[in-house]
Amino acid sequence: MATDTDIPMLEMRGITKRFPGVLANDAVDLTVRSGEVHTLLGENGAGKSTLMKILFGLYQPDEGEIRLNGEAIEVESPSFAISHGIGMIHQHFMLVPTLTVAENVALGTRSTRWPLTDLPVVSRRVEEISEKFGLAIDPSIEVWKLAVGERQRVEIIKALYRDARLLVLDEPTAVLTPQEVEEFFGILNEMRSSGHGLIFISHKLREVVAISDEITVLRNGRVTGHTTPAESDRQQLATMMVGREVSLAPDRPEIEPGDSRLVIRNLVVESDRGTTAVDGLDLDVRAGEIVGIAGVSGNGQRELAEVIAGLRDARAGSSVQVNGVEVVGQGARLSRDAGLAYVPEERMRDGAIGDFTVSENLVLVDHGSEEFSRRGLLRFGMIRSHSQELVDRFNVKTPGLDTTTSSLSGGNIQKLILARELASGPTVLLAAQPTRGVDIGAAEYIHAQIIEQRGAGAAALVVSEDLDELLAIADRIAVMFEGRIIGIVEIEDATRETLGLMMAGIHEGSPA
Amino acid sequence: MSDFFTATVLFSTLAAGIRLSTPFLFAGLGEMIGQKSGVLNLGVEGVMLLSAFFAYWTALSTGSLWLAVLVGMLVGLLMGVVYGLITVVFHAEQGISGIGIFLFGLGFSDLMFQENVGTPKFTSKLPSVDIPLLSDIPHVGVAFFQHSAMTYTAFVMVPLVMILLRRTTFGTNIRAVGENPESADSLGVSVARMRFSAIVIGNTLAGVAGTALVLELGIFQPNLTAGRGFIAIALVYFGAWRAPGVMAGALLYGLVEATVITWKALGIIPRSLSDISAMAPAVITIGALVILARRVKPPAALTQPFSRH
Repeated sequence: MATDTDIPMLEMRGITKRFPGVLANDAVDLTVRSGEVHTLLGENGAGKSTLMKILFGLYQPDEGEIRLNGEAIEVESPSFAISHGIGMIHQHFMLVPTLTVAENVALGTRSTRWPLTDLPVVSRRVEEISEKFGLAIDPSIEVWKLAVGERQRVEIIKALYRDARLLVLDEPTAVLTPQEVEEFFGILNEMRSSGHGLIFISHKLREVVAISDEITVLRNGRVTGHTTPAESDRQQLATMMVGREVSLAPDRPEIEPGDSRLVIRNLVVESDRGTTAVDGLDLDVRAGEIVGIAGVSGNGQRELAEVIAGLRDARAGSSVQVNGVEVVGQGARLSRDAGLAYVPEERMRDGAIGDFTVSENLVLVDHGSEEFSRRGLLRFGMIRSHSQELVDRFNVKTPGLDTTTSSLSGGNIQKLILARELASGPTVLLAAQPTRGVDIGAAEYIHAQIIEQRGAGAAALVVSEDLDELLAIADRIAVMFEGRIIGIVEIEDATRETLGLMMAGIHEGSPA
Repeated sequence: MSDFFTATVLFSTLAAGIRLSTPFLFAGLGEMIGQKSGVLNLGVEGVMLLSAFFAYWTALSTGSLWLAVLVGMLVGLLMGVVYGLITVVFHAEQGISGIGIFLFGLGFSDLMFQENVGTPKFTSKLPSVDIPLLSDIPHVGVAFFQHSAMTYTAFVMVPLVMILLRRTTFGTNIRAVGENPESADSLGVSVARMRFSAIVIGNTLAGVAGTALVLELGIFQPNLTAGRGFIAIALVYFGAWRAPGVMAGALLYGLVEATVITWKALGIIPRSLSDISAMAPAVITIGALVILARRVKPPAALTQPFSRH
């Protein structure tokens, strides 16, 4: 497979990058050969992104050297990287939605008909590349009309169009369904066998093991290990990544579920664009169980969660009862008073206020209560002691109670929100994407907390796009597709394959 | 009313409407190019005033209209460089910076006028250029083919701007940095350079707009533009960030304005309503804006300064 000569495609030697107060990369070495998928594994803040930004010319290293095919280079800008055959597929797609595929691909390249564009020429090459790597994309379509998986393929085409030989893929599977991941790996295999060098950034251990030839593990800016899937399994990789033993499968004691605490009947909800997002949904969540909602993003999960939380109205005739209280269209306060705790998907938009202090965010819901205010004046003493207790109990790592919340890491902000929501001992817990963008260590903790609530008799509804997460903590998994629950699977019967097919809208008894 | 519906009056009203729409068209197209790149320029009015004054002063002191047009353009270009420095290089908040440019233009053009001219004097106006043969067609010739070079240029700009934005690499880059600057940056397109260029082009066109206005009248007075620069910004929204849309808006505005003037002259609008009727173009344009308001989204990165990380 490989043109595996003595000279590697890429050598990064002793890369060091300092930011004020942080050593982001500390003498990092990375060697990538042609025809190799090399995974960079590490938690948020481990230094993967910094290293890749240096490779792509977005940052300049303080120390160290980069060799491309044996030749020392100084990557002064992204254009330099691109012109030397380095391509980057960013985690957040770098596409202009209002432009066509061909326009996006051609952006920043020289036109053969300058100053005019040469879209027919570009389109022909896009089709050639699509053909060769099995990408199947129509160059004349506007990007906003494409599905997420297709947009990613446009990103790959963009890189290949620029003759990229070395591709950096920054968490490329985060937004894909299991089936799309399979297809995506097929594309990677094509590129690998045509001699491209691929740097795969991920913290999804299952995928890392499935696709990698080599694995370099980073922690706190340093390389802490170098291995291959043959030498290390998922558990060992997790340990290398976190620096201590972590449990990938949390303990879930057997509990006999009680009465239904969250009852949803005939729920119909409109999206912001006026289309039907939730289309006649029925669901029960009982005390002492965790129900997972799986599905590709955009199938009504967000709208479902917002209606339960009282943040969105539903069509007449819909019913959502929290502990027997009808909450549809009554506002967030009523949902909360009925016993709901809500951990929203967009934690910095709906869950916490970035400019507020840790302590202010911890009483964001309750600051009007007798406990924390009297005659309209806040009782700072009470607030502080309550906040300190929560920070200790939920292991929120913060320099202090008066620290600005936005300066905390994603995992700690999520723990802060969880602390606030669970403090009151809720009977119904609604958590959307509770561990998205959160370190394994923090995710492990958050999962344990949700399971603990289940043990205390709460009914938990967890919306997640991460199947591994749901498979680890849920008792039942309901799959949403086009606004409906296409099926509910008991955890004993749940496999990635059946869930994946359901996520794509395929289910026994339903037309394929 | 019957006086109005005669061919002569109708076509001369049409001619006046087209003439009046000229500054709106220049300024609107310029603003649109800037907004396409993601930069809102609220300073159009101020730039128009500055260019109007300096073009007028040039015409007054040299007698050369060509030189006046050149000076008007250069003043716009210079203000574009200033606004580009403020917003692109120093990342200042666009709304406030634009208002600053407006206030500066309003005050400085007034000051310069008081210091250097004082009492208004007429200068020569832009001559009308009759298009051979076409201008001899009865009525139609008057309406469409007996205008100044400025007016013709304004309408020729419409397809040119369309080609620039749709068919050139430069235009694709402009649209890209206005929609998703991170994307453009990651492909080696300089966001700063694109936005700076768009601002300079836009302000130059605003300068031309002011120049066209003053040379059409042949006289300058403080606050000559009387809000036209702000209307031009509204026309960009009215036209849904498309050159023909901006042209339609400019024409609508110009025609309503011309109709009001004609009706006043004919006594259709009583003298007592004269002041109120002056608001008609604005009211009608805003009304049309509300009714026509399609679900067209502005460039996604409009007003957002760009810097890495």
